[in-house]
Amino acid sequence: MSLWLVILLTGLLTFGTRLSFILLIERLRLPGWFQHSLRYIPLAVLSAIILPELASRNSVVDLSLRNPQFYAGALAVLVAWRTRNVLLTIIVGMASLLLFQAVLGII
Amino acid sequence: MTIRKEEFWKGVLAEAPILLGVAPFGLLYGALAMDAGLGMPAAQAMSSILFAGSAQLIAVKMIGTGLPVLAIILVVFVVNLRHALYSASIAPHVRHLSPAWKFLLAYLLTDEAYAVTITHYQHADNSSWKHWYFLGAGLTLWAAWQASTAIGIFIGARIPPGWPLGFVLPLTFIALVVPALKDRAGILASVVASLAGLLTIGFPFRLGLLLAAFLGILTGMLVEGRRK
Repeated sequence: MSLWLVILLTGLLTFGTRLSFILLIERLRLPGWFQHSLRYIPLAVLSAIILPELASRNSVVDLSLRNPQFYAGALAVLVAWRTRNVLLTIIVGMASLLLFQAVLGII
Repeated sequence: MTIRKEEFWKGVLAEAPILLGVAPFGLLYGALAMDAGLGMPAAQAMSSILFAGSAQLIAVKMIGTGLPVLAIILVVFVVNLRHALYSASIAPHVRHLSPAWKFLLAYLLTDEAYAVTITHYQHADNSSWKHWYFLGAGLTLWAAWQASTAIGIFIGARIPPGWPLGFVLPLTFIALVVPALKDRAGILASVVASLAGLLTIGFPFRLGLLLAAFLGILTGMLVEGRRK
């Protein structure tokens, strides 16, 4: 029973979080600086997800060759910057990671 | 009608590459949920009611160790707080929509759908049908998540060894973020958020991510304010 309580309440809270500002923006007069800060949300949140994900293994920072994700990721940044092509970035990133892994014999 | 359809399918297509990273996680969740003793209906219900990958993995782990209900609910809430940022960021773009649309799109507002959709909203063209793109991206992710967790639940997870489980998502985010780095304020916001994220990697419940995001946003605004 408590299992279903967890599922329902976590679901409700998460939905509420996702809905929060979508509804609030109508009702509250949000200050100008707040509306202005919205511009930086995608860059900031996604950046804060990317680097820790690439530069760590098991929640420990690892920039050594045993963590080829970091280097494949760096290459992907270069491809994204030069080409602005989403699919190409993903393909080059995946291919270089698989290649690095094979070369380093990690597989 | 054709514009709506076009936007919808563009959203589906933009979301598609991310599924390479999402599907293995869905399988993994399904298998772990069964190991933790949730049973089939509850395991799948969590995927459709909570519908949040990393929070589901954490919740299942906590249920398995028998933590009190209130503790689990609180942790999941904190882990999912970043969605409030997504909500704020997407809010001005969906302001004109009906409540039904708002509720539906809020339900579909995951990391993966948000990343793709906000990038589309920031493109210069002012199509007023971009919520159909959002719907396409959101439903694609939703369907893939439901299907992959179901397979994980019923069949179990057989992920090829060496498959870079956690790599597709950051890779896709790179492809979306890097082209959006256009001015100094944006670049510095991104650099600060990245480094802060790395430094706070040991923080529990993804609180490091929230802190890093706030520092990045603050940096962007400070740099921009200075130049005025």
